[in-house]
Amino acid sequence: MTTVPGVHRPGLPAKYLHVLSVGLQNTLVYRTNFLFRAAVGLVPLAATLFLWRSVYADQPPGGLIGAYTLAQMVSYYLVVTVVDSVTAVAEDDWQIAADIKDGAVSQFLLKPLDYLAYRFCLYLSGRVVYTGVALVPVACFLWSQREFLVGPAGAAGWALAAVSVMLAAVLQFLIAYTVALLAFWVLDVSTFIFIQFAFEYLASGHLFPLDILPPALHRALMWTPYPYLLYFPVEVSLGRLAGGDLGRGLAVQAGWVVLAFLLARFVWSRGLRRYTAVGG
Amino acid sequence: MALRRSTLARYLGIHAALVRYSLIHEMQFKANFLLWIVVEALWFGLQLAFMSVIYGHTDRIAGWSRWEVVLLVGCNQFIQQLFHVLFVTNLSNLSELIRKGTLDLLLLQPVNTRFLISVKKFEIGNIVNALMGLAVVFYALARLGTTPSPAQWLGFAVVCVAGLSVHYSLMFLLACIAFWTVRAQGIVWGYYNLFNIARLPAEAFPRGAYRAVFTWVLPMLLVSNVPAKLLAQRLGSTSDWIALLGMAVACFVASELFWRFSLRHYTSASA
Repeated sequence: MTTVPGVHRPGLPAKYLHVLSVGLQNTLVYRTNFLFRAAVGLVPLAATLFLWRSVYADQPPGGLIGAYTLAQMVSYYLVVTVVDSVTAVAEDDWQIAADIKDGAVSQFLLKPLDYLAYRFCLYLSGRVVYTGVALVPVACFLWSQREFLVGPAGAAGWALAAVSVMLAAVLQFLIAYTVALLAFWVLDVSTFIFIQFAFEYLASGHLFPLDILPPALHRALMWTPYPYLLYFPVEVSLGRLAGGDLGRGLAVQAGWVVLAFLLARFVWSRGLRRYTAVGG
Repeated sequence: MALRRSTLARYLGIHAALVRYSLIHEMQFKANFLLWIVVEALWFGLQLAFMSVIYGHTDRIAGWSRWEVVLLVGCNQFIQQLFHVLFVTNLSNLSELIRKGTLDLLLLQPVNTRFLISVKKFEIGNIVNALMGLAVVFYALARLGTTPSPAQWLGFAVVCVAGLSVHYSLMFLLACIAFWTVRAQGIVWGYYNLFNIARLPAEAFPRGAYRAVFTWVLPMLLVSNVPAKLLAQRLGSTSDWIALLGMAVACFVASELFWRFSLRHYTSASA
């Protein structure tokens, strides 16, 4: 290709593909760390499964908790682990907050690069590397529990599950991004990140499937975006939803993604007004 | 000539000075100080919520009734938060001391280095969270209708100290890995995952590799279970608390040996 230096403008996708590839190279450095994380994360997972098993042991054979048999309960937690490793934010929120605090955001105001899109590329590359590395211990664990594992029915089921997991990833990123933007207003965002995470841990269904909660509480939680981060994509992946419920759920999930995106843009523009570019 | 103070009094004096310094530092950021108490309280609430949801569907987990498990979660919170007050921040910071070479300064002080590293920062806020744990312990005891005798409370204090010492020794051991890997945030994160299982009834785990490892190698299934059983009068025999005390001593000795071994690998970072 013949281009004059300075005149050549990479197309939009090319620009962000480059960010993606730099992100991949950077996160590959942490592969041992990721492997360690994924492996250690299996310790509490195994503990939770032991706990549920002993709960079911005291029930009559074939007993249900909520609408779950033991096998369904175990596979719920297994799929949570998989979806979580595909979608969870790792260091992204801390890095965004640090960029704002250290004044590193300034360079993005000068470059033809959108900060949200830039961070999203880095988030994606982080997830690709993490999922790739975590696959090893997680797959071994899933194999050891294979008698319990159930998946969605048919190719269409798998495709819808994939769509739902991807929407969850985008929503997860946007929420973390917006919370991290609080760094425009406060000195230390870590408490806000942890408070948000505590709510998310319960309301997204990380701790237990939401439909074993009292029905009123379950219904109330479904009005928040949290179930669409984990509980909903997991239910879809387990093939527990069908027809109208499935379609409606996906539409609501997409709606939350759009809302979260608009909120993220709004908070960013308000934040920039407060931005004082500390440092050089 | 001044009288030579005893070593213990000297170290207590140093500790008091460090506590005072931490308090002054903390009060500079009052809002943040309060928010951290809220964060810890939320996570405690989550643990209780999890158990209460399970007990909404069953009345026993591995022979433990609802209030016995609440007692266990409360004991675990009490010990874990005391561990936070005294040690967690300091031990997480060890990798930074190594990376930046600040450890040099501490090595040159005329005080035991391990002592300085371990107690440098005192987290006052977590005392509030420890008291919340203790309040839940009292409430659970009231619901169980048991009033422990003074001897039991004394025993409780002893096993809590032993549990604290297990947490401290194991995390110190883990933190020392930073002498080789330098960056070690993953270590702290890993420790939190291990913490998690201490609040579950040990009987929920079938006899096998998992339970054996977390009793005899990383005794997480002893640190909170033994104090809770002692108060609830569920200790079948003396073997449980002897096991905890034994493991506390073993873990401490192991961590001291590893610390001495690690120090020989220390090469100061900067000029």
